Amino acid sequence: MAFLEFRNVRVAGFSAGVPATIVSNLRGGGVISQDYSEEDFVKTTGVLERRYDETHTTSDLCYDAAERLISDLEWEKSEIDALIFVSQYADYIVPATACILQNRLHLSTECYAIDIPLGCSGWVYGLSSAVSLFQNGHIRKALLLCGDAKRRVPFNDPLFGHAGTATALEYQEGAEGFRFHFGTDGSGYDAIMIPDGGARNQITLESFKEEVIDGRRYNRLQTRMKGMDVFAFGISTAPKSVRKLAEHFGFDYQTADYYVFHQANMKMNNLIVKKLKLDEAKVPSCMYRFGNTSSASIPLTIVTQLKGKVEERSTKFVCCGFGVGLSWGTVAFATDHIVISDLVECK
Amino acid sequence: MELKEFIENFASQFEDTDASVFNPATRFHDLDEWSSLTALSVIAMVDEEYDVTLKGDDIRKAETIEDLFKAVQSKM
Repeated sequence: MAFLEFRNVRVAGFSAGVPATIVSNLRGGGVISQDYSEEDFVKTTGVLERRYDETHTTSDLCYDAAERLISDLEWEKSEIDALIFVSQYADYIVPATACILQNRLHLSTECYAIDIPLGCSGWVYGLSSAVSLFQNGHIRKALLLCGDAKRRVPFNDPLFGHAGTATALEYQEGAEGFRFHFGTDGSGYDAIMIPDGGARNQITLESFKEEVIDGRRYNRLQTRMKGMDVFAFGISTAPKSVRKLAEHFGFDYQTADYYVFHQANMKMNNLIVKKLKLDEAKVPSCMYRFGNTSSASIPLTIVTQLKGKVEERSTKFVCCGFGVGLSWGTVAFATDHIVISDLVECK
Repeated sequence: MELKEFIENFASQFEDTDASVFNPATRFHDLDEWSSLTALSVIAMVDEEYDVTLKGDDIRKAETIEDLFKAVQSKM
């Protein structure tokens, strides 16, 4: 049973970086799909506009977010002992982007650095990996950098926005810490996938041939999705994971101040909220302006929707990420006196 | 679960298609308004009304509304 609990570590702050360029999904001309109108797409998914460019990689956006957060926290860079980079779009196939970011951020060479290639569940998984490092007090400060931006080939899907986020974590004796539930169902590995370009299906000329899926054209190096299967998975798995976490650790999930879900699509998220009978006012959302930003979506929602509301008081969060893998995770934690940086717009 | 009620619930996922169009033999994939987005509404409706999670294959394999009704019934 994948339940985990880590104490003596707290969130110090959140930040997020996005491309300055705004792309609207209501552009006219049926560019979204041959199957449905732009208006119907926006109504169902809740994604009116997104941040998108073909310039900034995930690591560029995470770098800017991290620099801002380190500065706002007044942290010494030499004190940062660990860096975890969560993304499906590393700068290079080899080496790990965490190593590049260690150097670019001028962190100590005495730094633990790893990549985790997860998507929608990635922030929760990355968080568990990061906070688990603090257990004996040797690691005192860590950065969790999560997001997805520029792909391996140009890909401007109307559902997905680009973002890179930073979550700062620090050792604190006696801190209540984090409680997690995780799950995995690899039988759905092809529900969201890029078929070619890995070792299983190497790149050939065929990889660039386009196929029509749900009225849109995709080549085999672009992310394709079995929308119905992902939808069914999300609405059944996310509520169960929240309930399991609360049952296992013996708390009432209704008592949290905020519930931050992966921003998958609006119809899916509304149903999850309804099934858990949550007060909608406690469920912030940013997909209207930023789209589905994969592993960035939970911290991006906190930065863009909760800045000015939670920093100075004790705040209980329940956060759940679910998607590609299929993979899911839920975490409960409290924050107190945290820093939330202004959204960084990268030009 | 009644077929009549299921058809009404199914029909209410459509905005532009007249309710009279929907009957057990309706081949819903052929309806002008049917799209992958409508499919999500149907999955959501079945989840809410019948506590059954349909998969993409259930939707694809069903040709008529009655086929889909049977698929839901088999999972209850």
